[in-house]
Amino acid sequence: MKNRDEIAQALAASGYIADADLATAISLMQLLRRPLLLEGEAGVGKTEVAKALAKVHATELIRLQCYEGLDQSSALYEWNYQRQLLAIQAHRGMDSIEDQVFSEKYLLERPLLAAIRRAQAPVLLIDEIDRADDEFEAFLLELLSDFQVSIPELGTIAAVTIPHVVLTSNGTRELSDALRRRCLYHYVDYPDVDRETRIILARVAGASPSLSLQIARMVENVRKEELRKVPGVAETLDWAAALVGLEISDLHDAPETVYETLVCLLKTHEDRARVTPEVTQRLLGRVA
Amino acid sequence: MSCCGSSPGYDDLNEVSRLVSARLAAFLRTLRDAGFRVGLAEGQDAASLMTAGYAARPGLLRAAFKHLFSARKSDWDKFDGLFDAFWLGKRVRSRSRTIGSTSGANNPSLKSLRDAAAEQGGNQTVTDQLSSSDDAPEGGSGEGRMEGASRADNLAEVDFRKLSDPDQVAQAHEAAAQLARAMRTRLTRRDLARRRGYRLDLRRTIHRNISHGGVPISLVKRQRKDKPLRLVVLLDASGSMNMYTAVFLRFIHGVLDQFREAEAFLFHTRLAYVSDAMKEKDASRALDRLSIMAQGAGGGTRIGESLQTFNRWHAARVIHSRSCVMIVSDGYETGDAALLGREMAALSRRCRRIVWLNPMMAWEGYAPEARGIKAALPHVDLYAPANSLQSLRALEPYLAKL
Repeated sequence: MKNRDEIAQALAASGYIADADLATAISLMQLLRRPLLLEGEAGVGKTEVAKALAKVHATELIRLQCYEGLDQSSALYEWNYQRQLLAIQAHRGMDSIEDQVFSEKYLLERPLLAAIRRAQAPVLLIDEIDRADDEFEAFLLELLSDFQVSIPELGTIAAVTIPHVVLTSNGTRELSDALRRRCLYHYVDYPDVDRETRIILARVAGASPSLSLQIARMVENVRKEELRKVPGVAETLDWAAALVGLEISDLHDAPETVYETLVCLLKTHEDRARVTPEVTQRLLGRVA
Repeated sequence: MSCCGSSPGYDDLNEVSRLVSARLAAFLRTLRDAGFRVGLAEGQDAASLMTAGYAARPGLLRAAFKHLFSARKSDWDKFDGLFDAFWLGKRVRSRSRTIGSTSGANNPSLKSLRDAAAEQGGNQTVTDQLSSSDDAPEGGSGEGRMEGASRADNLAEVDFRKLSDPDQVAQAHEAAAQLARAMRTRLTRRDLARRRGYRLDLRRTIHRNISHGGVPISLVKRQRKDKPLRLVVLLDASGSMNMYTAVFLRFIHGVLDQFREAEAFLFHTRLAYVSDAMKEKDASRALDRLSIMAQGAGGGTRIGESLQTFNRWHAARVIHSRSCVMIVSDGYETGDAALLGREMAALSRRCRRIVWLNPMMAWEGYAPEARGIKAALPHVDLYAPANSLQSLRALEPYLAKL
């Protein structure tokens, strides 16, 4: 599957509405065998890309959530010490016990090791790489170029299949140039009205086309306000689901409900205070 | 695994694709000059993309190259303009000029590229022109520095504005760079000495003691890793500060070069991110790059607005829990002082410490009367003079405690 239109269609079928740019990026991922680095504000659907990609390839999604202090033993592999100890106690006096406890049976697979040992290439999602430490980033770089892991007690494990790697970053830390160069880069922006409408239609059951369009326009207006936390696509979907649940078919029919349900979009006290009923009214006025 | 598709492309290169790859090489140089980090592997992948049929449709090729060559948001934003200018002969969008520090120099070279493209076959000369603009070898600055530092003591107490002799100015600059280097070494060392485990790591303890049959004899403790101190410097480059700007620019250059984590911004009527420009190894070249940005527009200083920009667009990326924000300014706010107060409050919620360096503070009879500084002071943790090297040096113990 190389054509980007086919990819866009396949993504749409799995519930992710991609723009042409992203479809190109994914086709390049396969062609050049490079990881894809997605950057963008929180809530624009970076993680969803990986999930949709896994659906498109009909393969498993292996996710590694990065955090500060993430190290090799929770990302790559670890020995199952408890079982090793039990085995040693149970077979006390046997000579071959040392070889036994350092066998695959006692190896705990963590996401990175799991990703290169699957028979069918999985999608490996390395989420929020910017939260991990510099050291981990360097280690990851090595893994992403060689796709093999050496375990001192066991030897080198080469990749059975090369996974489709997607990395996401929120930009809380500057990533190294080496990692950036290794990857294809795609900046995920807030969707435009047209795309957001289609996203709502695809994801919220029971949303009519006209309401979806109104919601997308309203959200676009809200994003233009000076907010501390700009609502993402996830928030839009929440709000759309709330409105559908309250059986609203036209935003202009129920301005109060619109104002009250804005809690789905505005997540800080300051933003909530800024978008008063009057502001809501003004924003609604701009929604055709 | 990077370029599995590239090798077949190279084998059947005919004359046409040879021309194409020459153009591609010129394009890569253009990108490098515009601040893109493009390596050999990217070039090979690009060549294989062109032979794989992407070259037939400009829109598709642009999208593909954009993903391949961009590495960050700023690249992403200016790529389309560069691509169009090079391959399609359109004008560079003005947006790219404000984003990157280096892009100001691009327009003329792009233009000459475009002219050469019309002639066809002039690629070789074009690339030569480009490379001469920015690829001069670095170095040669290492030895002079030591000398300056040894003489720096005499200079330590002299107010920067009283330096008139170019030699003295040069020495002060060297000393500022030296100081930045010394601060970094000492700050790091203290950092290491303080580490101690505070929690038992059970898994590792068991692992360590397998040889004892699992009896926990040697304990493994877990420690929280200290983040290195990150300095974020915001330098006022307005007209009222111009006697000090040069020395501080040099100091910042030293800090960025030496600290593992540091970021720098300039502001006068607006805020500019200058870390990338400052990372140029050669100090004088880095300062040249900044000269345009550092020139105050003469419209006063909008500290409040600049801080607002900082808080809104940069703070999340630049500030972490062990960050110190250092604002170097005289506090003459020509904008809204109340806004400055609000933004300072927002900033102080985010970072560990705010240090405000005011070169005017050491002037006789100076009192913080300016509206701006009055609004800002309640949120400042350390308000110190910074008019001489000595006063800069006095900051180090304070920073070490953070």
